[in-house]
Amino acid sequence: MIDPILTLTGISKSFPGVRALHEVSLELYAGEVTALIGENGAGKSTLVKTMTGIYQPDSGEIRMGGKVVTLPTAHSASDVGITAIHQETVLFDELSVAENIYLGHAPKNRFGLIDWKTMRREAQATLDSMAAGIDADMPLKELGIAKKHLVAVARALSVDAQVVIMDEPTAALSQKEIEELYVLVDLLKQDGKAILFISHKFDEIYRIADRYTVFRDGEMVGKGFIKQTPQSEIVKLMVGRSVDQIFPPRHAMVGERVLDVSGLSHPTEFRDVSFSVRRGEILGFYGLVGAGRSEVMQAVFGLTRPSAGTMTLAGRPLSPRSPADAVEAGIVYVPEERGKQGVITGEPIVVNVSLPSLKRTSRSGFLRMAEEFRLARTFTERLDLRASSLSQNVSTLSGGNQQKVVIAKWLATDPKVIILDEPTKGIDIGSKAAVHEFMAELVAQGLSVIMVSSELPEILGMSDRIVVMREGLVVETLDNVDLAPETLVRLAAGIAEERAA
Amino acid sequence: MTETSLHRRLPDRLDNPLKSGLLSWEMLLVLVAVAIFVANSFASPYFLNAWSLSDLTFNFTEKALIALAMALLIIAGEIDLSVASIIALASTLMGLALQFGADTPVLVAIGVGVGIACGAFNGFLVTGLKLPSIVVTIGTMSLFRGIAFIILGDQSYKGYPASFAWFGQGYVWWVISFELVLFAIFAVIYWVLLHRTNFGRRVFAIGNNPVAAQFSGVRVDRIKFVLFCLTGLMSGVAAVLLTARLGSTRPSIAQGFELDAITMVVLGGVSILGGAGSILGVVLAALIIGLVTFGLGLLNVPGIVMSIFTGALLIVVIALPILWTMMRERRA
Repeated sequence: MIDPILTLTGISKSFPGVRALHEVSLELYAGEVTALIGENGAGKSTLVKTMTGIYQPDSGEIRMGGKVVTLPTAHSASDVGITAIHQETVLFDELSVAENIYLGHAPKNRFGLIDWKTMRREAQATLDSMAAGIDADMPLKELGIAKKHLVAVARALSVDAQVVIMDEPTAALSQKEIEELYVLVDLLKQDGKAILFISHKFDEIYRIADRYTVFRDGEMVGKGFIKQTPQSEIVKLMVGRSVDQIFPPRHAMVGERVLDVSGLSHPTEFRDVSFSVRRGEILGFYGLVGAGRSEVMQAVFGLTRPSAGTMTLAGRPLSPRSPADAVEAGIVYVPEERGKQGVITGEPIVVNVSLPSLKRTSRSGFLRMAEEFRLARTFTERLDLRASSLSQNVSTLSGGNQQKVVIAKWLATDPKVIILDEPTKGIDIGSKAAVHEFMAELVAQGLSVIMVSSELPEILGMSDRIVVMREGLVVETLDNVDLAPETLVRLAAGIAEERAA
Repeated sequence: MTETSLHRRLPDRLDNPLKSGLLSWEMLLVLVAVAIFVANSFASPYFLNAWSLSDLTFNFTEKALIALAMALLIIAGEIDLSVASIIALASTLMGLALQFGADTPVLVAIGVGVGIACGAFNGFLVTGLKLPSIVVTIGTMSLFRGIAFIILGDQSYKGYPASFAWFGQGYVWWVISFELVLFAIFAVIYWVLLHRTNFGRRVFAIGNNPVAAQFSGVRVDRIKFVLFCLTGLMSGVAAVLLTARLGSTRPSIAQGFELDAITMVVLGGVSILGGAGSILGVVLAALIIGLVTFGLGLLNVPGIVMSIFTGALLIVVIALPILWTMMRERRA
């Protein structure tokens, strides 16, 4: 049994209100590819940042070749031989390929200046050894995304890294470019590097990984050799919950169709998306990050203009040119990025809540503060907002309470359809339950709710029907009756149905 | 209501509005204005005289009219550096119309109309083409004044009719000038607009967070466009007053007005980052700058020293709140 090059033991990391990693462990072996698997928010990115010196763990130790190391800076991580190739490559467009490869560790001549000749020669040698077909003198911006990945790999080779982390390296690549990347990964393996490969795509994992480690909710829940493990077992590890959340029981009283979307398309983000929402219904949208769910919702809300397709709201054609149009028509949107798009920090609660309803609280354009306070009080108290007063600045509220302010703001407009984009992302358990209960209350009153969520329990616990999207397309629309979580994961990730053994 | 009730009752506010009013930036400005007033009356025996004080108001009314609209624009997170050049172009076109025999109502209409048109042009470039306003208005600053130079060269237009001159030189009653009355009226209008209407509320929302404002159904571009038009309108009004007061037009007219107007806005407590400010503060700041420049004038301080003073004041006022928070954070 060989010893691992890199060992992580008992790593924990918390952020205010969120436990991102809890006592996780990970081993990486020389000449082997280890796949790191987990849902969105399972803690994969946090772990990568801990390994590359961007985050400091709260506890736990990192051993490199048997010795305990600390990684206070990104530079110290590359000093001990850990390098990462990110989803979006961190390279510099205006510099040459050689400069990119040797940035931060360029060979020096005897005057302490950069030895350009050696740098160029070495860079070209590295590139040639990879059969990359790239001229080291070329400016990086002239290369396509796949070639840029090659440069990133060359950089990893040039720093003499022993551990190479690849964080969803294939996300932006075509099939042909992915094949080229596999060749490179093999090259790195032969070179004796230990590789951590992070991907959502099972075909890739089975293609190149030797071992796997599964994360769920910030904990390590399983590891082993990939060849000996069927996909279904890994999927089960990914989605099984340690703590079952409780969702409000409800009986759908689904009525007539309220919103009809048909053939909605966007030049780059999604194609031919059709769905409909009925009165009193919660329609869930499930998919991986980047599947185009939020983009569809933003087109429905008038933020972006679709290139094709039609929408009808309560029998009337709908083509909002701005969110203001959508709100007037009766569609409101609770965005994913609460701090940036949801609340106006720096303004009090009452001002945030009344902003879209000013036409109703004012008289011929003049403000009536008493009306605004009345409106804000009605809706924030219904949501059980925790605040000291309605004049409190929203920036001083917790994430969950900020979300309540956003929802209160929209309820005050008396909408027909409310779209919630990752409504409980990053908020505490108590506020989560409050938001879920409130959603159930809303549909009971005859509203229609569209919920975009990447959290399986939430999607399965709340939705009447579920639309699954993958790569900008609607894969399937399912009635949420006895659905297995594995089915959704398979559809979202594009894994063919497997017969149970 | 008891502690065990399901929903807690949220009060409107907890702080005392009277107390926070006393500790405000506006209160500080009032104290500064009084202090400078007292200092001026000691420094010069000519200061405490009704006609001197009336002259004082001519020092700031034209710039302050622009500052009123500029305050709304800066609160919304934009800026207009072309206001002085709008005055030059509006004044030049009024002078040109005068050569063709235009009478007073036509001259006023041209001045105001050119102002609105220039503002609309700025507004279109910023909201329609999504260009940053600081770049757009640096460009139109040269463009508008450049057109004035092409029309006028190194010549000047003179011979404005007496009924036109009244706008810049006339008195409504005793020492109360038309300019001062007009400024007072506009100050009230802008106060109501910013602090008492839906429009003003949306301006603050845009300045605080334009993305969240748009996501909340605010028509951000439309409001910004209106604000540029308003700033153009006020520049046009200032062009009428200034031209009438001077009785002549040169292409170099109103040089440096934009800096004085922006200084008034910032000194008045409007955040240069947008999202906060008050019209009362801007009016007080205009008064302070008028008092200071007039006082320095009575003491025969040359104009270049005054502009050093204005520049230094601008930097100090912008730096003060930042230094204040830095000091507080260090103590905490």
